[in-house]
Amino acid sequence: MKEIEELFLPDDVLYAESHEWARDEEETVVVGVNDYAQDQLGDIVFVELPEIGDTFEKGEEFGTLESVKAVSEIYMPVGGRIVAVNDALSDAPELINQEPYNSGWMIEIEPDDPDEIHTLMTSTEYMEMLKGAE
Amino acid sequence: MRYLPHTEEDIASMLRSVGAENIDDLFSMIPTDCRMKTALDLPDALTEWELNTLLEGLAETMAVSPAYKVFMGAGSYDHYIPESVSYLLGRSEFSTAYTPYQPEISQGTLQGIYEYQTLTARLLGMEVANASMYDGASSLAEALLMAIRITKRRRIALSRLIHPHYRAVVRTYLGPEGYEIIELPSLEDGRTDISGLTGLDELAAAAIQSPNFFGCIEDLQAIGKAVHEAGALSVVSFTEPLAYGLFKNPGSQGADIVCGEGQSFGIPPSFGGPGLGMFACRMKHVRSMPGRLVGKTLDRDGRPGFVLTLATREQHIRREKANSNICTNSSLCALASAMYLASVGGTGIRELASLNYDKAEYLKRGLKGAGCAIPFDSPTFNEFVVEFPNGLNDTYSKLLEKNIVAGVPLARWYPELADHALLCVTETMGREDMDTLIREVRS
Amino acid sequence: MKEPQGTSGLILNEPLLWEKGKMGRSGFSMPRRDVVPSPLDETLAGDGPDIPDLSEVDVVRHYTRLSQWNFGVDTGMYPLGSCTMKYNPKINEKQAALRGFAKGHPLLPIELSQGALELMYRLERYLAEITGMDAVTLQPAAGAHGELAGMLLIHAYHTARRSRRSKIIVPDTAHGTNPASAALCGFSSVAVPSNEAGVVSPETVAAVMDEETAGIMITNPNTLGLFEENIRKIAEIVHAKGGLVYGDGANMNAVMGIVQMGKIGFDVMHLNLHKTFSTPHGGGGPGSGPVCVREFLAPFLPVPRVIHREGMYELSEDFPESIGRLHAFHGNVGVMIKAFCYIMSMGSEGLKRASQFAVLNANYIKENLKGSLHLPYDRGCMHECVFSDKFQEGNKVTTLDMAKRLMDYGFHPPTVYFPLVVHGAMMIEPTETESKEDIDRFIEAIRTIAAEDPELLREAPGRPKLRRLDETAAARNPRLAG
Repeated sequence: MKEIEELFLPDDVLYAESHEWARDEEETVVVGVNDYAQDQLGDIVFVELPEIGDTFEKGEEFGTLESVKAVSEIYMPVGGRIVAVNDALSDAPELINQEPYNSGWMIEIEPDDPDEIHTLMTSTEYMEMLKGAE
Repeated sequence: MRYLPHTEEDIASMLRSVGAENIDDLFSMIPTDCRMKTALDLPDALTEWELNTLLEGLAETMAVSPAYKVFMGAGSYDHYIPESVSYLLGRSEFSTAYTPYQPEISQGTLQGIYEYQTLTARLLGMEVANASMYDGASSLAEALLMAIRITKRRRIALSRLIHPHYRAVVRTYLGPEGYEIIELPSLEDGRTDISGLTGLDELAAAAIQSPNFFGCIEDLQAIGKAVHEAGALSVVSFTEPLAYGLFKNPGSQGADIVCGEGQSFGIPPSFGGPGLGMFACRMKHVRSMPGRLVGKTLDRDGRPGFVLTLATREQHIRREKANSNICTNSSLCALASAMYLASVGGTGIRELASLNYDKAEYLKRGLKGAGCAIPFDSPTFNEFVVEFPNGLNDTYSKLLEKNIVAGVPLARWYPELADHALLCVTETMGREDMDTLIREVRS
Repeated sequence: MKEPQGTSGLILNEPLLWEKGKMGRSGFSMPRRDVVPSPLDETLAGDGPDIPDLSEVDVVRHYTRLSQWNFGVDTGMYPLGSCTMKYNPKINEKQAALRGFAKGHPLLPIELSQGALELMYRLERYLAEITGMDAVTLQPAAGAHGELAGMLLIHAYHTARRSRRSKIIVPDTAHGTNPASAALCGFSSVAVPSNEAGVVSPETVAAVMDEETAGIMITNPNTLGLFEENIRKIAEIVHAKGGLVYGDGANMNAVMGIVQMGKIGFDVMHLNLHKTFSTPHGGGGPGSGPVCVREFLAPFLPVPRVIHREGMYELSEDFPESIGRLHAFHGNVGVMIKAFCYIMSMGSEGLKRASQFAVLNANYIKENLKGSLHLPYDRGCMHECVFSDKFQEGNKVTTLDMAKRLMDYGFHPPTVYFPLVVHGAMMIEPTETESKEDIDRFIEAIRTIAAEDPELLREAPGRPKLRRLDETAAARNPRLAG
């Protein structure tokens, strides 16, 4: 598993404490899990995602990620309605390991509160949080 | 003692290495108020030879063939077990191994169980079977909990003609969460009355047993249709899987989950256990299925092999969110059943099932001729319900004096059948034995 | 150390059953047909299953070859922590196979089954004595099944007192079945951490114990191989608020004849006959998980119960407060017979010595390996000890790598990555049936491995039939039937 310095944490997304990332796309927010999450879990074998139209609050569990040895819940970084789901993940869950911020995206949300995304952390703040938790 | 290899010298050397004066020192972290002051009050240890005498004495009291002719089924069946199967099960590489968590040195168990899963799925007509569960009863309970998880509904329907003990176990399992259990009554012909299913909403599953407790074959297709119309899952249970060597299997009749007892396949009755909980479902539900699963894969050098898989459903990973708390399967029994099916073979299973059916029909005809009433006219497999002409108790006692156990009296579970017994005939019952029973009943 | 003991030899690959066989072969002596065929409703008739036809030789060779790929207790040492892989006495197999037991129908009239009923009754008494409890059920078919029974008993107890309790306290060292069993019963688990000494502190329990908590599930000795020394105080705290104490008895092998759980605060506990009482593990089962209770819980025990009345042993369902039935019949009698024989062969003195030697062996290993492997709790252990891979971290060698390499040395790996409180845990339980020579060889093997070339370790094992298997592929594209 990677050292903290080795993690890839791009600046064009914001980060939740529970290791999800969120990208602000004006009308919607795209969400996935970050490099730390995929590295910790190992090879992902199965992804459980919600249906289009489901609504969740910030912090609510919206799905699970399964590796061979563990299952991880994934939580909404912002509250809202699901408008798109990455179907490619059902046949190729490994996309999350390979490209967590691009082809490994998980859901697209229409946020209830467009400002909520700004409560998330920048990549620097997130890295500090990880170091503090060590 | 032959299972304790340490000599005084060994003990002394090891104590020195550990830095303890004597063995009691090793227990010093146990507070004194937790330690026993006296020895355990148990019988003196027996030698191997004394043990043989004791156990032989206890075993001799049991009424089994050939001294007794036991016409009992009701969830436990006497079938011939080839000596080759008993011998193979005795190979200690199978019996003294642990759960195959280290697949590199457990391929024997893993391939054996993969084969069991496959044979089970084929027998039951389903897409996937697990590595087995404790017995038919707990399998049924787990199947219903699985249906509840999948449909997110809280109501299930249970046929009255499912084995009474199975229904009791279901109630125990479903009790704490307060799931609703609706009973489906029985018809005059000995099958389940499914009319109550129409219009039933919020149903997670309906469970039926075929052959049912009275030995009758249920109309699985009609049941499957009615259940699916209610948006629920069709759960089919069984106690005698040999029936599927002759009759249509549940998978071909629309079952979503099939579960039951596999003891008939190479496992001795053993006074009720261990048994074999066979469990199969549709592939689309596999992630909701409890129990272990063996899957095929490759090793680093590209060679084919087997591993336990989809373990994230199970307790050691999911803990309180697991599909079940089950940790063991009935592995050695599953292996026994695979060995048995491999020995009997596809052709043999059909012949053996036919033989069971024909013998039971022979007895049925003979008892009818001797004045018995056969209350249910639905087709049966190797068990059927009988009413003796001179009352149950008298006939039963009289036959017992001739070392014949005339079935299982039904009064304790079905008050309307207080004078009836459930009789079973397998390939182990010879015609002379059946003729004796018929003669005794007639006189 | 000399060469690893694992060596190559000629074992054979063996295809799957349905890749062999020929239509018309048979491995079964079809019984004589002495009745005429009866008509059959064709609408009900099926085609029969698609399973192969094999000769007896086919079947015997198939399974003989498969068995040769397996490692069992009879092959070598199997130091799986919390599994108690002790030697399985062969004489016990013979007793379970005696005709009267093997062919006995579970619903036989009691006059015709006194032998089995007497055995069950006596086994209950012996298990009650060993645990210091008052009443026993033999029905649960496995340890986890016993845990479910225990949770149901606790649930029934509180319901009878009209006390609504929704939580169960579970230490962080608990086996996964504990919270899973609690959940099956509708309880939510409240996790409590163990302290720096590796045991549960009374204060931690007191902080969470309230009148909505049904009780606590505690393994003793725990999964770190340590005796829960605060158990009396913990039991007091739980009892004071009306809760009950459940004991996971998986580690009973450490304390037979030394501690009686029923006398130190436990109200209900399960045992694993396939662990402590020497019945074979069978590659994953069948086992047996009897539950022992103090008198006040006896009315809730599952039915039927074995009773002794007017000189006869009987099965009785006349217990109106019972939680009901858990098994189709009476439990795994075939397994009980073996455990009964074990107890009769060991006697009181033998069982105590078994526990003493189990603890001696584990401490001996602990003392001799603590230089090579990191020992998170450097104190006296009971029948098992837990190490971590901290010393090997620098080389990027993990517990898994070392465990895989151990196979080449002729040992089954210990339990790995459990308990969760130790990172990269390696739990070693030798049991009392291992000789000093075998234990010394084990110690030497671990010492060698702990310092071996990391590349070699990451490629291990090299000597078994297969190398490491791709578990990711197995989970991504499950192929579960052929």
